[in-house]
Amino acid sequence: MPFVSARTQKSSYDVIVVGSGAAGGQSAYTLSMDGAKVLMLEAGRKYDPALETPMFQTPDMAPLGGAGTPEKPFGFYDATVDGGWQVPGEPYVRASEEDAGRFEWWRARMLGGRTNHWGRISLRNGPYDFKPYSRDGLGFDWPISYEDLAPYYDKVELLIGVYGTSEGLENTPDSSPGCLLPPPKPLVSDHLVAQRAKRLGIPVIPGHRAVLTRPLDSARVPARLHPGNVTAQKILAEDMRSRSACIWATPCGRGCSIRANYQSTTVHLPPALVTGNLDVRTDAMVYEVTLGPEGRASGVSFVDRTTGKHQHVTARAVILAASACESVRILLNSKSAQFPNGLANSSGRVGRYLMDTVGSSLGGQIPLLESLPPLNEDAAGGHQLYVPWWLYQDQHAGKLGFARGYHIEFGGGKGMPGDGTGAKMEWLTGGSYGAKFKQDVRRYYGSFVYFDGRGEMIPNDQSFCEIDPSVKDKWGIPVLRFHWEWSEHERRQAAHMQKTFADIIGAMGGRTDAAPQADGARAIAPGGSIIHEVGGAMMGASPATSVTNQWCQTWDVENLFVTDGAVFASNADKNPTLTIMALAWRAADHMLERMRRKDL
Amino acid sequence: MDRRTTIKWVLAASAAWSFPAAHGAHAAIPARGYGTDPKLQKAYRRGELWPLTLSAPQRRLAGILADLIIPADAYSPSASAVGVVDFIDEWISAPYPLHLQDRTIVLDGFTWLDAEAARRFGKGFSDLEESGRVGVCDAICNESRAVPEHRGAARFFALYRDLTAGGFYSTPVGRKDLNYIGNVPLARFDGPPPALLKSLGLL
Repeated sequence: MPFVSARTQKSSYDVIVVGSGAAGGQSAYTLSMDGAKVLMLEAGRKYDPALETPMFQTPDMAPLGGAGTPEKPFGFYDATVDGGWQVPGEPYVRASEEDAGRFEWWRARMLGGRTNHWGRISLRNGPYDFKPYSRDGLGFDWPISYEDLAPYYDKVELLIGVYGTSEGLENTPDSSPGCLLPPPKPLVSDHLVAQRAKRLGIPVIPGHRAVLTRPLDSARVPARLHPGNVTAQKILAEDMRSRSACIWATPCGRGCSIRANYQSTTVHLPPALVTGNLDVRTDAMVYEVTLGPEGRASGVSFVDRTTGKHQHVTARAVILAASACESVRILLNSKSAQFPNGLANSSGRVGRYLMDTVGSSLGGQIPLLESLPPLNEDAAGGHQLYVPWWLYQDQHAGKLGFARGYHIEFGGGKGMPGDGTGAKMEWLTGGSYGAKFKQDVRRYYGSFVYFDGRGEMIPNDQSFCEIDPSVKDKWGIPVLRFHWEWSEHERRQAAHMQKTFADIIGAMGGRTDAAPQADGARAIAPGGSIIHEVGGAMMGASPATSVTNQWCQTWDVENLFVTDGAVFASNADKNPTLTIMALAWRAADHMLERMRRKDL
Repeated sequence: MDRRTTIKWVLAASAAWSFPAAHGAHAAIPARGYGTDPKLQKAYRRGELWPLTLSAPQRRLAGILADLIIPADAYSPSASAVGVVDFIDEWISAPYPLHLQDRTIVLDGFTWLDAEAARRFGKGFSDLEESGRVGVCDAICNESRAVPEHRGAARFFALYRDLTAGGFYSTPVGRKDLNYIGNVPLARFDGPPPALLKSLGLL
């Protein structure tokens, strides 16, 4: 009975995992495949992508043509359940409502969390990204190097299935042979971006996304991931055979009922449940890690959201994987005589150095792409190609005026028409309506491209979260209050993105759909809006200045671990999910070894 | 049309564009939307989740205007023929902040159209000949070219054109009109034909 209730749940486990997304899924997978008895607690409801995903539904079947609303911010068919920038009954507080100081907190209250809807972009941090302070004196170094995490990047790529290539570029790591699936073919617009960007000296290479462009190698991968563990190999091989490869249709953000892309619910949880070692309890809103004798975590307390009842469950070890800010919230709300400022917070750094990704966007219209013949460009759902950060030499020579870099995600093509098709074209059509408008829409459909910059934010003292002294959620749990500030580095980076995008659009013979924004403060998206929030329980080399060690183990409480983005010491331009999973796997391996030695 | 009605429309229209803040919601809109966990796999009918609110004369005007923007041609039918009036009615009757804002713009726009038609031709917009309707729309179809007193109406027209297009191109007919051929499972994806790439200088 893997999905448990108050009645069927055991009274104690080896490990409690709080959260079921990328970090919780990976933690539970690694532990249960190796025999540990795990209880996963998820605040949201049970969710089954095989039954619930709207795969081929079209916009005419949805209210408002599927357009986003505050209740479904990424569109009606987005996989997110009970989530968004605001969750009913679960407020948070912003210290500032000004754009520059605003932080938006995205949450998804559902099994699998935000892995159900994410972009699936899976980039590795490079060697520089783990030692940023050593390189430019800003921020913090990680207590690990790229070499420490590289084997786990390999493992995660092999398990979840990531397409891409190894290009041998600076700080853009190669994967070990056999780890990556072949990338999808580029679209017409991709070819044009690549050709013209290269003329500007900007490299364009295949993207990396967690989508199966062919079936996983179930004959070889299981033995590589679980050497010596025949049971795990067998379970994984069977599970891999039951995942379908991409059928080149339907947006990944809806989720995937045939399990052709990575979601915790389609990749991590199914084999973990087959082991019989994993129990999952949904609608379990954890609010406190309890402290037992000898300063060890004894378990967690949670509210059953369906009954409102409070419950406590015990375990030998606790993993917080509730998402960076939610894990911070649980730590700060876990107060005791020994930890009056929150659990594992003797450094005072719980909640500090919150980071997001620097984001800025610009679109354009390209005459060369007008009136092309019919093409099926659904492809693998986007990100066939991307631009890795390329200006290391200029930056080293002091020519850029900001530290750290960004990568560029871009797209175009003849996607499914919808509620935005034909909109906001007055600048191209001169305001046509009638027969001419219909012709104009046909002419311009498929001729638009967009560019999204995704850049590194340097942690700063002004960006953090803490417990609000008065506001509580509907369960009576104190909520977070966010403080946010960008530095000149991020603002200048955002302005640089705008200029780069305009240059590329110009080189494509196109026009930008808005004037490129030279003022970085206006070019940059608000904090949290890229949904790459990390930090708040930073890992480090010293208990005085960090919350966890390199194993995601809190310095203060030896059987308490944080395996989500909270432990990030920096936030490279690379999207954080792959690194979260690699860190979680590495931490779980360490826990298993210590449990075998009986010292955990 | 009687003169009193004409004057009422003209006054309402001038109020609409001069004092937008003073112009609140035109009819009661329910407070609830579809929630954060709606069923995603069923096909919804317009008006199923919240009531449609346009009156019969407003729906008539809505259809006439939508068909001025997207008329039938050799390739596809008109906007109203594929349910765009229902789409727009659902949109402006929805309980979300953006939609409430659009509601005010659209309903004020309808009022303005009638007032402008009354001012120029002595009857409501829906009762004009095609040439009269086009005359009114030509003045507001491009915000940057519109005279200052027509800017508000031009913003309405731009929104209404966007909604009409959104309603039209999100239907099967609209997808066919644009020759969209995706949303079908494929055994493989070969990318664009090499001949096409060659013709564009990309190969």
